[in-house]
Amino acid sequence: MILDKRLLRLLMSERGYLPGIGALSLVSAVFVVGQARLLSSLLDAVFLEGADLARVLPLLSGLLLIGLGRALASGGMEILAGWMAVGIKEKLRLWLVKGIFSAGPAPFQRENSGEISNTITNGIESLDAYYSQYLPQLAVAALIPLAILISVFPLDWLSGVVFLLTAPLIPFFMVLIGKGSEAVTRRQWQSLSRMSAFFLDTLQGLRELKQWNRSLDHAERLARVTDEYRSTTMNVLRITFISALVLELVATISTAVVAVQIGLRLLYGMMNFEQAFLILLLAPEFYQPMRLLGQRFHAGMSGITAAGRIFKLPMLQSEEHEKRGGSPLLFKAGDVIRFENVTFRYPDREEQALKGIDFEWKFGETVALVGSSGSGKTTIARLVMGFIQPNEGVVRISQHSLTEIDLEVWRSQIAWVGQRPYIMNASLLENLRLAKPQCSSGEIQQALRLANLEEVVARLPQGLETPIGEAGAKLSSGELQRVSLARAFLRDAPIVVLDEPTAHLDAGLEEMLESSLERLCRNKTVMIIAHRLPTVMRADQILVLRNGQIVERGRHWELLNKQGFYAQLVLGYRG
Amino acid sequence: MPNWFSVIGDKMRTIVRLLSFLKPFAGLVLLSVLLNTAAILAGIGLLGTSADLIARAALQPSIAELQVSIVGVRFFGISRAVLRYLERLVSHSVNFRLLARVRVWFYNRVEPLAPARIEDYQSGDLLQRVIGDIESLENFYVRSVAPPLSAVFITTAMGWIVGSVDWRLGLVLVCGLLFSGAVLSLLALRIGEKVGKVFVAAKAHLSAEIVSAVQGISDIIAYSQQESVLENFKAHQRTTSHVQRTLVAGSGLINGLMILLTNLTLVLVLWLAIPMISTGSLEGYRLAVLAIITLASFEAVNNLPSAAQSLHSNLESAKRLFELSDQPPAVKELTSTVSVLAGSPEILEINRLSFRYPARADTILENISFTLLPEKKIALVGESGAGKSTLISVLLRYWDYEEGEVRLNGIDYKRLDPQEIRRRLGVVSASPYIFSATVRQNLKIANPIAEEDELLNAVRLAGLAEWLDSLPDGLDTWVGEHGQLLSGGERQRLAVARALLSKAPFILLDEPTSGLDSLKEMELMNTIFDLFDQRGLLWVTHRLIQMDRLDEIIVLRAGRVIERGKHNRLLAAGGYYAKLWQAQQRLLWEARPDLLV
Repeated sequence: MILDKRLLRLLMSERGYLPGIGALSLVSAVFVVGQARLLSSLLDAVFLEGADLARVLPLLSGLLLIGLGRALASGGMEILAGWMAVGIKEKLRLWLVKGIFSAGPAPFQRENSGEISNTITNGIESLDAYYSQYLPQLAVAALIPLAILISVFPLDWLSGVVFLLTAPLIPFFMVLIGKGSEAVTRRQWQSLSRMSAFFLDTLQGLRELKQWNRSLDHAERLARVTDEYRSTTMNVLRITFISALVLELVATISTAVVAVQIGLRLLYGMMNFEQAFLILLLAPEFYQPMRLLGQRFHAGMSGITAAGRIFKLPMLQSEEHEKRGGSPLLFKAGDVIRFENVTFRYPDREEQALKGIDFEWKFGETVALVGSSGSGKTTIARLVMGFIQPNEGVVRISQHSLTEIDLEVWRSQIAWVGQRPYIMNASLLENLRLAKPQCSSGEIQQALRLANLEEVVARLPQGLETPIGEAGAKLSSGELQRVSLARAFLRDAPIVVLDEPTAHLDAGLEEMLESSLERLCRNKTVMIIAHRLPTVMRADQILVLRNGQIVERGRHWELLNKQGFYAQLVLGYRG
Repeated sequence: MPNWFSVIGDKMRTIVRLLSFLKPFAGLVLLSVLLNTAAILAGIGLLGTSADLIARAALQPSIAELQVSIVGVRFFGISRAVLRYLERLVSHSVNFRLLARVRVWFYNRVEPLAPARIEDYQSGDLLQRVIGDIESLENFYVRSVAPPLSAVFITTAMGWIVGSVDWRLGLVLVCGLLFSGAVLSLLALRIGEKVGKVFVAAKAHLSAEIVSAVQGISDIIAYSQQESVLENFKAHQRTTSHVQRTLVAGSGLINGLMILLTNLTLVLVLWLAIPMISTGSLEGYRLAVLAIITLASFEAVNNLPSAAQSLHSNLESAKRLFELSDQPPAVKELTSTVSVLAGSPEILEINRLSFRYPARADTILENISFTLLPEKKIALVGESGAGKSTLISVLLRYWDYEEGEVRLNGIDYKRLDPQEIRRRLGVVSASPYIFSATVRQNLKIANPIAEEDELLNAVRLAGLAEWLDSLPDGLDTWVGEHGQLLSGGERQRLAVARALLSKAPFILLDEPTSGLDSLKEMELMNTIFDLFDQRGLLWVTHRLIQMDRLDEIIVLRAGRVIERGKHNRLLAAGGYYAKLWQAQQRLLWEARPDLLV
C-alpha cells in the first residue's frame, strides 16, 4: 500500500473529517449486506413460496429505503472526503506561502518563480485524488469485504473460505504488480514527460528553427519521435496489462466458482435458495472495492510523486530565517554599521558569495558598491537588510550584532529600493501605501513629485485609483522603478539601501531618475549598488567587488589614480 | 434563452472537429467500443447465468439441465477478463495514436504562424498550457467518446433482452439507464461548466499572487507586508476552495443519485414482475435473473457523469488550441516563387520601408532606407521601443509590410520564397534558443550538412574552445534543459557559432549582448566584428559601444530615422545621438536586472 508519512501527517491536519468518513464507510458496508439480504429473501418469498406483491411490499419498500441509505452514505462519503482534501490543500498552500516569507529571499536566487507557483497550485492539486479517492477507497476496501465475510461465514462456511482464500490474492497480486509495474510505470512516466519536453522544446524553439529553415523537416522528426514513443510504450503496456488481466480473472473466476459451487449444492439440497442467492449477490460486491482500489492506485502514485516535488520546494530546504523578537534599536547620529570579516554562501551553491568582507559605514555616509553581476553587491545589501545572516563574521550596528536586534524595527528605518519592485494586484495608491500604511494625501503627493511620478499618474485613466499589477494597467520598467522610488520617499527613513535603477538609454528618463535619486539620498545614510558614474563620484566610499571580495576601496579619484580594476571598469569598456 | 443554441452549436462544432482527428483510425475506435461493450455484457452475462444457475438449481432438476448455465458462467467469467484486457490494449493504442496525431497536426498548423502570430505564447507558461491542453484531449477519447457509445449499445441490448420477457420491464430498464446516463451527465456537465470558469480564473489569481510574492519577496519583507500579502492570498484561496467544495458537493450528489436510480429501477422492475409471476405469465426462477441483470446493467452508465464533468474543460482546451491554430499566417502564401540568383556581390536593399502591425494604428517603422553589402557594417540604434527589432522580423519575412520595398539581389521580397531569403540571413539574437539536445545538434540547426571540422572550427572561432574542452563528451555533450549548462555569454557565443556555420552573406544582430555584463559585452562584440569581417552586418542595439567600427549608424526614434552617418560625424553634430552617447558614458556598468534583487 502506498502510504506516505508526510502525506499522512497532513491528513491529521483535517482529522475532524475522519470519524465521519469512517462511519459512512461502515454504514455503507452494513447497507451492502443488508440490501443483499432483503433482495434474496424477497426473491425467495416470491419464487419459492409464491408470495404476491402485497405480501412482499414491505420488503420492496425496505429495498428502496436501503437504496436511499446507500446513496446517502456513498454520496456523503464522497463529499466528506472531497472537502477534507480541499481543507488539506488549503492548509498546505498557506503553510508553503508562509514558508516563502519565513525563508526570506535567499533560497529563491535561481529558482524560477513560475515553477514554484506551479508546484504550489497544480502540484498540490494532484494531491487531491490521493486524499479524496485513494485513502477513502482504502477504508472501503478494508471494511466492505470484512462485513461480507462476517455475514457469509455463518451462512455457508465453504463460500466463506473461497472468499477468504481469494481475497488476499487481489492485494497480493496488486503488490506484486505494484512492485513490478512501479519501475515500469516510472519509466513510462519518464518517457512520457520526455516526450512532452521534446514537444515543448520544439515549440519554444520554433523561432530558432524557422530562422535556420529547419522548421519543416522538424515536423517529420516530431512524427517519428511520437510514433517511436507509441510503439515502445505499447510494448510495455502489453505486459503491464497482463497483470490487470490476472486480477480481473481472480475476481471473475472466483465469482464463477462460488456460483457453480453453491448451485451444485443447492441442486443436491445441501443449502437453501435464499442463502445461495445472498452469497451470489455478495460475491461481486466482495471483489468490487478491491478492484476499484487497484484503479485508484494511479491516483495514489501521482499523489506521492507530487509530494516529492512539493517537499523539495526551496523554502523548505533552508531553515526558518525570519524570526521575530530581539531588542529594538534606533539608528542615530554617531552610529556605525560595521561588517566584520563576513562570509556568506547561498545554500544551493558551492562557491561563497562573500569572503571576508570588512568595512565600516558611518551615519550620514554614502557607500557605493561596484562590480560585475555576481560579484556580491546584492548579497551585501541583503545582509544589511537582515534578509540573510552571515555564515561567519558579524554585521554590527555600533556594538549590537544584527542577529540580536528586532529586524522589523531595524527595517522600518530603511528605505529599500530594489530593481524589480513588488507590485500587488491593487490600485497604484495602495501599492504606494505599502511603504507607509497611514500616510496623508499630502505625503503621497509629495512622494509622487519627488519620484517624478506625477506625469505617469496624470496619464493613467483613473489616476491614483487605477489598478496596476497582473490584472491592471501595465507600467513600463522605468515607471515601475519610479513607483519603487516613490515608496522610498514615503518611508522617509534615515537609511537608504538602493539598487540603482538602470534605465535603457532614454536620455530624458536618465536625467529624471538622477535628480530623484539625488533628492532621496540627500542627508541620509546610503548604501547604493551603483551603475552610474555621477553616483560613484559623489560617494564617500566606493567598495569595488570581485568574486565576493573587496578588491579596492576609496573615493573615485583615489581609485582612478590607482589604475586598478576600478579604473579599468570606468575607462576600459567604452568604445 | 436565444444564445443557448449558439452555445450548444459552438460546443458541437468543437466536438465534431475533435472527432475528426479519430477518422484515420475509425476501425480501431469501433473495435475498442465493441470490446468495451462486450466486456460489460460479459459481466452482466456472468451474473445473469449465475443467477439462472442458482435459481434453477433450487428447483432441483437433473444436473444435465444445469450444464448450459454452468458452461455459461465459466465462459462469461473468463471472457470478461480477456475482453477487458483486449479493450485496454486497443483503447490505449488509440490514445497514443490520437495524441501523436494531434501533436503533429498542431505543429504543422503553428509552424506557418511562427514566430509572428505566436509571439505572445513564447513565454514558457502559455506554451506549457498549450501542451497541457493537448494532453488533456487524451481524456476526451477515453472518457467521453468510447463509454457513451458503449452505453448506447448496452442500453439497447439490455432493453431488447429484458423487453423480450415483457415490454414494460424493458422500458423501465431503458428509462432507468437513460436517466442515469444522460440526465445525470447533463447535470454534471452544467455543474462543471458553471463552476469551471470561476475555478480557472481563481486559480490564475492564486498563481499570480504566488509569483509576485516570490519575485517581490525582498520588498515585502523590507516593508513588513507579509501579513497583508498573506491575507490577499487567503482571500483568493477561499474562492478556489469554495468552488472546489461546490464541485465536490455536485459530484457527491450525482453519485448518490446514480445509486438511488439503480435501486429505484430494480424496485420498479420487481414491482412489475412480481404480479406476472403470480399470474403465471413469468416463470418464478427468472425473477432472480431479472433482478441481478438490472443491477449489473448500470455498470455501463456509472462513469458517464464524471466524464461529463470533465468534458467541459476538455472542450475549453480544444477551443484554445483551435483559436491559436486557426489564425491566418502573417505572411501571405506565395503562389509562384522566383529563386534568388547568387548576386555578386550579394545585395540587400531597403527602400522607403514602412511597417505597422495589422489592425493597429501606430506606425512602427516609417520610411526606412539603407543598403547592406558584404563587408558593410550598419548599426541601428535607438531607445527600446523604437522599432529596431521589428525591422529584423520584417527582414526575416516573419511579418509582411505594406509600404516601401525590400530587394534581395535585385528581386522583390514579396516574390521570393521566405526560405530562400532566410538562407541568406544569419541571426544572433538577444536570447538565442538552445535546444535540449547535444552541442552538435544545436550547431547543426544552422547547417545540417556541416562536417566535423567545420563544427569544431566554428566553436573555436566563436571563443568557445576552452568551454568545449571542459565538456565531458565534447560536441556530443547534452546541454541540459534549455541549455542550462551554458552561461549567458556561452549561449551568445554558441549563437555566433551557428551564424558562422550558416555561411549566410548577411548577419543580423539583434541586441546580441543583452544580458551580458560590460566586459563580456566588449569581448563578444570584438569577436563578432572580427569573425564577420567579410559579411554584411546589421546590428540593432541600444548600447553604444565600438561605434567607430561601423560604416553607418542609423538613429531611430519612434520608428523614424532622425540622424545617420559615421560615429565621429554624429558626435560632432551634437544632436540626439550625441545625447544618447553622453548618457551612456555616465553608465558605469550595464546591469543585468534579472540577477538583481
